[in-house]
Amino acid sequence: MPSICFYFQVHQPMRIKKYRFFDIGQDHNYFNDHSDTNLNNVKILKKVSDKCYLPANRILLEMIRQHPEFKISFSFSGVFLEQLEMFMPEVLASFQELVATGNVEILDETYYHSLSFLYSPEEFKHQVGKHKKMIRRLFGLTPRAFRNTELIYNNDLARAVEEMGYKVILAEGADHILGWRSPNFLYRPQGLDKIKLLVKNYKLSDDIAFRFSERSWKEHPLTAGKFAHWVAEHNGNGEVINLFMDYETFGEHQWADTGIFEFLRHLPAELAQKSDIDFVTPSEAAARYRPVGELDAPHFVSWADTERDLSAWLSNDMQREAMEKIYALEEEIKNINDDRLLEDWRRLQTSDHFYYMCTKWWNDGDVHKYFNPYDSPYDAFIAFINALNDVKLRSQNLVAKK
Amino acid sequence: MKWINPDKFFDMNRPKLLMFGWEFPPHNSGGLGVACFGLSRALSRLNTEIIFVLPQKIPTTADFMRVVFPEDYLSEEIIRQSRLTGDLMLHAYVTSQEYQTQLEKVSLLKGAVTYASDLYGEVRRYGVLARAIAKKETFDVIHAHDWLSFPAGIEAKRVSGKPLIVHVHATEFDRCGGPDINRQVFEIEKEGLEKADGIVAISEFVKNNIIRNYGADPKKIRVIHNGVDEEDYATDPGAHEGFEALKAAGKKIVLFLGRITIQKGPDYFIEAAKIVLNYNPDVIFLVAGSGDMERQMIRKAAELGIGDKVIFTGFLRGKEWLQVFRSADLFVMPSVSEPFGLVALESMVNGTPVLISKQSGVSEVARNVLKTDFWDTEEMANKILAVLGSEGLPAVLKKEGFSEAREISWKEAAKKCIEFYNQLAQT
Repeated sequence: MPSICFYFQVHQPMRIKKYRFFDIGQDHNYFNDHSDTNLNNVKILKKVSDKCYLPANRILLEMIRQHPEFKISFSFSGVFLEQLEMFMPEVLASFQELVATGNVEILDETYYHSLSFLYSPEEFKHQVGKHKKMIRRLFGLTPRAFRNTELIYNNDLARAVEEMGYKVILAEGADHILGWRSPNFLYRPQGLDKIKLLVKNYKLSDDIAFRFSERSWKEHPLTAGKFAHWVAEHNGNGEVINLFMDYETFGEHQWADTGIFEFLRHLPAELAQKSDIDFVTPSEAAARYRPVGELDAPHFVSWADTERDLSAWLSNDMQREAMEKIYALEEEIKNINDDRLLEDWRRLQTSDHFYYMCTKWWNDGDVHKYFNPYDSPYDAFIAFINALNDVKLRSQNLVAKK
Repeated sequence: MKWINPDKFFDMNRPKLLMFGWEFPPHNSGGLGVACFGLSRALSRLNTEIIFVLPQKIPTTADFMRVVFPEDYLSEEIIRQSRLTGDLMLHAYVTSQEYQTQLEKVSLLKGAVTYASDLYGEVRRYGVLARAIAKKETFDVIHAHDWLSFPAGIEAKRVSGKPLIVHVHATEFDRCGGPDINRQVFEIEKEGLEKADGIVAISEFVKNNIIRNYGADPKKIRVIHNGVDEEDYATDPGAHEGFEALKAAGKKIVLFLGRITIQKGPDYFIEAAKIVLNYNPDVIFLVAGSGDMERQMIRKAAELGIGDKVIFTGFLRGKEWLQVFRSADLFVMPSVSEPFGLVALESMVNGTPVLISKQSGVSEVARNVLKTDFWDTEEMANKILAVLGSEGLPAVLKKEGFSEAREISWKEAAKKCIEFYNQLAQT
């Protein structure tokens, strides 16, 4: 009787507006686009709230009320929650209502949904600490489970996160760390005995997140009954099936007219019919099951693309330049200790800024494969680097004043 | 490019082509000759037989096809006649009608050998001369490039009854940069578009233009973008001492390369240069080309106080052309109206980052380039400054631009042409 562990990533970056060279030294508001484009963060937040967050929250709440055994987990980025507080408090309230049922676990992550662990362990800890405080303030919970940005994971990360006191960590069930092993069991990170590791079943997760509405897929249309059957087939050879995906799958990536909400709604009943499969949160899974072995992840894995590595954020010279330049400012900016400057520097660390600069898929010409609010990866880089140069200039000016 | 099932492609017929052009490298004034050369070579390599007609007898390196000249067809006949009759013009037994014809041939011949001062007359003569070729040669499809050869194509169709494709590289509206056009040229273009069985437009930009301005039938039009072949730029031109010295002195080079005419937007380039120089004085703006706006541009740079930062090199070709390209940190094509803009692909294949106006055909296909509206000189300057201030940005533009341009080859354009010939042959 396997358990299902649902985890949803909920994140919206603060996208940088079309910030020109001439704005450097003149305009320090990088994230306040008011245009009709997809760089307008409030516009996007409203759109996704209407299509996804509000209807999906409503359905999940109904499901929890009808099926008290139904459990889910979320990880909200700090920049997402901050935007909700500022612009869409009613959406925040609906998440709070959902969490108040007690059937929802919240995971910690970096507040800025950043790649800080790769560049500065100190900065990473700060951002996780800031996230923890926010979750306490908004939801009254103290997370015990951790999930790093976009499921980026390796042995060193697991060690750092264990030292920070977390009991369980999530990772991509990438073939290159699992090898012949199944993702449907609890594991121990290499060399660690306190923290447990849950890895994503990418086959079943992606059936929902990516293939659900794909008409050329031989399993289309995917019904709750069919999916429940696939899960039930793991009876006897799996303990916990980790279905990890973007929350925006429901209504935004897969539109309502694909039937994704109906799928979700019927899933608990269909699963209950099949040899009572139940639901667990990551912490419950870690407490209930024993690790079946150790997983070694010397190199970074992530849930991005088929490569499942860091190439979505760090595969070309623009991305590397941008990343190196932002972390090169760390010491100087921390010494100045100006709240606003620090905050802007951190907001520029959000991984999405680097993702938009990726040229990997650009040449395929397939705009549906990924979402980019900029006209090109080059435009994304230009806006970023100009904004970063403004941060640098502000920093230099403050140093000069001292 | 996955536009066609390869199995289907190799099953296709290769019709024999009678192709009419106007110029050919190295005797070309612009992109038309380069495009005709690139396309016909790629067609030949796909086993398409081509008789390529040029109005003027020039030496050519195109050994992959038969290049013919109208004078060869005419002079043969005239020489034969002269031998029979002695002095052609004094022969007593020719009828007045025959005499008129002979006279016409001789004057045509003169017109064809010495470049006529009247371009329209020249184009019409080319049309009449095409008759002799079309009568003598056998072919399946006629393919004529731009208005200069449209009358020739129409005439060849009239005498042979074979389908005619006109290939539109540019229209009078592009050349004039606006609605103020030459009616004679317009009428020739319009006639060509009407009489053609199929129309190749080198971009959506051209397609929209010929539908809007000429009332061309959208059903006849197929967009086939130009290409570029890496092999044409394989010889290392070596370093240009002057440019290398500038670079050694820490200067960055931003290049405009093209005719200095209203169509190419040189004034926007100068305006963007002014903005860039306000922020970064270590930049040299090179204007390579010539044209009717050259003096005006020199004056404009002086008036803006950047006369010492804008260098006018005049028209370049061959080795120097390639050297300039490769020395530049960024190539800018701020065209107001650009049916394609092959030079952007040439820049990419030479590993030089590119900034093009959105008002260009090439922006429909090239993705790894920077783009702005031609009139948005501030955004143009913003992007120039970004390239000059970063290592990563030009590195990625160079790398991705190069691999992209390799895929936008003449072979792909030629395959689409062959598919179009087959389609026309079936209807």
